[in-house]
Amino acid sequence: MSANLRTPLYDRHLGHKARMVPFGGWDMPVQYAGIAAEHRAVRTAAGLFDISHMARVDFAGPDALKLLETVFTNAVGTMKDGQVRYGLVCREDGGILDDVLVYRWPDGFAAVVNASNREKILAWLGRHQAGLAVAVTDRTFDTAMVAVQGPNAVPLVSGLFPDDVSHLKYYFAARTTYRGRPCVVSRTGYTGEDGFEVVVPNELAVPLWEELLGRGAVPCGLGARDTLRLEAAMPLYGHELNETIDPIRAGLGWAVKLDKGEFVGRAALQAAAAHGSKPVRVGLEVEGKRAAREGTSLTDAGGKPAGTVTSGSFCPWVDKSLAMAYVRPDLSAPGTALDADARGSTLAATVVPLPFYKRKK
Amino acid sequence: MSNPSDLRYLPTHEWAKLDGDVVTVGVTKFAVEQLTEPTYLELPAVGKVLTAGQAFGVIESVKSTSDVNSPVAGTVVERNELLVDDKATRRAADLSLVNDDPFGKGWMVRIKLAPGATLDHLLTAEQYDAQLASEGH
Repeated sequence: MSANLRTPLYDRHLGHKARMVPFGGWDMPVQYAGIAAEHRAVRTAAGLFDISHMARVDFAGPDALKLLETVFTNAVGTMKDGQVRYGLVCREDGGILDDVLVYRWPDGFAAVVNASNREKILAWLGRHQAGLAVAVTDRTFDTAMVAVQGPNAVPLVSGLFPDDVSHLKYYFAARTTYRGRPCVVSRTGYTGEDGFEVVVPNELAVPLWEELLGRGAVPCGLGARDTLRLEAAMPLYGHELNETIDPIRAGLGWAVKLDKGEFVGRAALQAAAAHGSKPVRVGLEVEGKRAAREGTSLTDAGGKPAGTVTSGSFCPWVDKSLAMAYVRPDLSAPGTALDADARGSTLAATVVPLPFYKRKK
Repeated sequence: MSNPSDLRYLPTHEWAKLDGDVVTVGVTKFAVEQLTEPTYLELPAVGKVLTAGQAFGVIESVKSTSDVNSPVAGTVVERNELLVDDKATRRAADLSLVNDDPFGKGWMVRIKLAPGATLDHLLTAEQYDAQLASEGH
């Protein structure tokens, strides 16, 4: 029997005949009707995702800001109440421990952390909170989190909450209620579409899920989440990001504020920003319909090693085979032709600008 | 899951159907369900000599890439051209045939058995059903 964790929506997923897979220590739905159909539903209407596996951590106390400024590469002190900011948690040498979202509230902070990194980040926070007046609380198991993503997300959530969330700006969040219980709604997502992520107490997970389905949201699994984020060129921890890669190489320099003051990894990242000799993240368009999967070796026109694919799939909306890869800096310019070795056959690939897909605003 | 009783199977989810000395080959419904929505199929050219258990093609979905293995030793005498792009007429591959009818219209190649080759080593439908059951499907 599986020793994996289950979200409060686990039985609903089985009821919807989802195919379940282990992911980050959890049993999660990888697909319901089919990845391509779910992917298109998010691009054209609205999809509904169970993302309760993501870790949710609260920070309270007078030194909460100090702790977050120490472990987070982006600026926290300049955030407004209700603002959400993306950034990295890095080691001293600049290697990425996780990519996280930080939320600022009038009375504290919250963070959303990758499922597979929950224990690692809690331990890291524990190490850095010594001597600080801050309480770090893991809320992952008291709450559920769902994402409503797509052009119909705004009408879909209309009237669900006593506060109007349609006016929330991108990367802002509101505390409101759902069926009389506290909940958090943020204008965030991982699909390249407009949408919301909603955190509710466990016992309201099924009612919220059913209400959103009743309003026409299409249930989507992690398979579509992966192809959607690939089209939008969003990095995924364990693929584009890991402890041997720094944010500069990953193309996430915009989320590193070297001038905000001291933080863990700052010196190493300053050096990385100044030199830039290591392979960098690029987008690849692959000829034909075959995918260049994670781990595929790339060679340059002269047959020399050029880099390695970190994510690759046929992408249902742009209708192309796309990949992200780390390649030598001299091969990172758009238009550069590379060869991908896919199980013995060579696929022609071209470096293209990221993202592959950008929604019309 | 019920797999047709007149076919024989490889543990890697290919089926084989003997007709005279020609074997029609495809992948099972279970394989298609695991793959989900094939997006690309690579098939060998007519005349290609195959050995039993050897990969003769590649099938891809949004999610994964898998080999397709030959159940028998022999020579490819025909392939299902509807499953591959036709560059001359610009007709695109129709992999819905594999998705919707894997045991019928979604057949992939026909192989003329090598001298002395048989299907005796392949699983019966009953054995293949038992394999799927033992894997928890």
